[in-house]
Amino acid sequence: MSADLEKPVAGGGLLDRRLFLKKGLSFSVAALTVDSASAADWQQARSPWMNEPGEPFSNYGRPSSHERKTIRWVMANSMAPGNGVSWTPLHDLEGMMTPNGLHFERHHNGVPKIDPKQHHLLIHGLVDNALVFSVDALLRYPMTSFLGFIECGGNSNAGWREQPIQTQAGYFHGMASCSEWTGVPLSILLDEAKTKSGAQWVIAEGADASVMNVSIPLDKILDDCLIALYQNGERIRPENGYPLRLIVPGWEGVTHVKWLRRLRLTDKPVMARNETAKYTELLPSGKARQFSFVMEAKSLITNPSFGHQLAQPGLYQISGLAWSGRGKIVKVEVSADGGETWAEAALQEPVLAKCFTRFRIPWRWRGGMAVLKSRATDETGYLQPERETLIEQRGRHGYFHYNAVVSWAVSETGEISHVYR
Amino acid sequence: MFIARFLVCFAALIVLPVGAEQSGPGLGVKASETMIENWSLDIFADGEGLPAGQGNAVAGKQVYQQYCLLCHGVKGGGGSAEELAGAEHNLIDNPPDKTIGTYWPYPTTIFDFVSRSMPLSAPGSLSNNEIYAVTAYLLYLNDIISETAVINAVSLPQVQMPNRLGFISTFH
Repeated sequence: MSADLEKPVAGGGLLDRRLFLKKGLSFSVAALTVDSASAADWQQARSPWMNEPGEPFSNYGRPSSHERKTIRWVMANSMAPGNGVSWTPLHDLEGMMTPNGLHFERHHNGVPKIDPKQHHLLIHGLVDNALVFSVDALLRYPMTSFLGFIECGGNSNAGWREQPIQTQAGYFHGMASCSEWTGVPLSILLDEAKTKSGAQWVIAEGADASVMNVSIPLDKILDDCLIALYQNGERIRPENGYPLRLIVPGWEGVTHVKWLRRLRLTDKPVMARNETAKYTELLPSGKARQFSFVMEAKSLITNPSFGHQLAQPGLYQISGLAWSGRGKIVKVEVSADGGETWAEAALQEPVLAKCFTRFRIPWRWRGGMAVLKSRATDETGYLQPERETLIEQRGRHGYFHYNAVVSWAVSETGEISHVYR
Repeated sequence: MFIARFLVCFAALIVLPVGAEQSGPGLGVKASETMIENWSLDIFADGEGLPAGQGNAVAGKQVYQQYCLLCHGVKGGGGSAEELAGAEHNLIDNPPDKTIGTYWPYPTTIFDFVSRSMPLSAPGSLSNNEIYAVTAYLLYLNDIISETAVINAVSLPQVQMPNRLGFISTFH
């Protein structure tokens, strides 16, 4: 059995995804032994921190001081520092959830300092009862949780460039993060406001300095949207919409309006800047796709990826993330030979709809050049496209909704770079 | 019997707050007309929501130079912020120029966006006349209206944008 598992299942040294499950991490190669000549402090009976009391308790924990490189990368307009983005460092993270302090940000004019006692949500327009809700009132409503991703429609847009961008995976694809969002289903609040016939759209607006607005079809709002008050168990952070934000599962980030203060039911979209001039995709024909809300299936290998260095030939675990705005990920295939052959990766449970799914597969790197890729398939049968295919369909000037296969080249010395094929 | 049933129904109407038969606790408070009016910033493509006031490009140039030029550049291009005018390429060129004149489908979007979001340093500070004027100036810079055309709640929605039919809704 174990001998079978160690047989490559695809080119470039990909091994059966069950290898680690069956054997743990007991490699069949000789175990590395510690060089006794360089016997270090850690081989003594007690390490230094075992000889004195540790630090006291803390009211709110922080990462180890040794992990300070794991940060959001901020890219903002120097003339307007509140207008820009910060990226989740996907290349430094494991598992499927994003720590709250590392969730990506996109602000149009800074993070408002909202006093929750002064913040209200207005629901009006084509409803029988125009209603105002205080935050305290919303906290009394029945809540539900959605574990899922939010991805900016502009995520991965460097992929449209002629030359492959050489930057860490997170600073290329990290305008996507995954959290447990807990709050009040909008269907409950609209039930109370009583939707009038003829209502087809909901215009959502935030209480930031940009008063950002966007139109969302009412059917989606009633289907699965939430007024979220909590993120990963704690109240939402200011930069993610405190005290409340809209959650629109599987749809582009701009629809998940932060600092939400108003929902207006209408028979037509408002045609805001962020649904006409932006978040629309220009096609080679000169026409542009509009209301392209759904984030289609995407995956990428986060480890190893750009900036990582393979220390020596041997057994590695390839690990990455896959997600789809249409539902569950059903399959992720990985290639270590530039797409000549593919092998199926193991999907970490739980596999949830519209949520990050962690995939992993063992790989024996023999020290040569290799090109690592992943491709996801979701439950609708949609297969993540190769870059060539996406560009054939959409051209190179759509800017938004780039979801092509990502390729990482491994050099003979174990350095990782970004390539297009 | 009839009276008794009527009384029961009537009592229920008095006792139960709005929404009590629904899935939530019914804590929404009726919004006043004043609040709704104050908060309704939306300007629709058909002109719904446009306020009183007016302006033309001559006046709008002054507004632009005072509040917009620093980031958006002289004549709507070449600044640190988004290119608004002065397209040298059309939408099928490589690279395309996506300005108000080549790309934006509705003139009302300019008013909606400027009135809610601009200028970045003091959003909400422009008067309706200033917003109409700077909207006129941006349309003039894009060769869509003349320098003296008056832009107001009636004329703005009637401005024909070159790329009005350039969008395909992918949502069904």
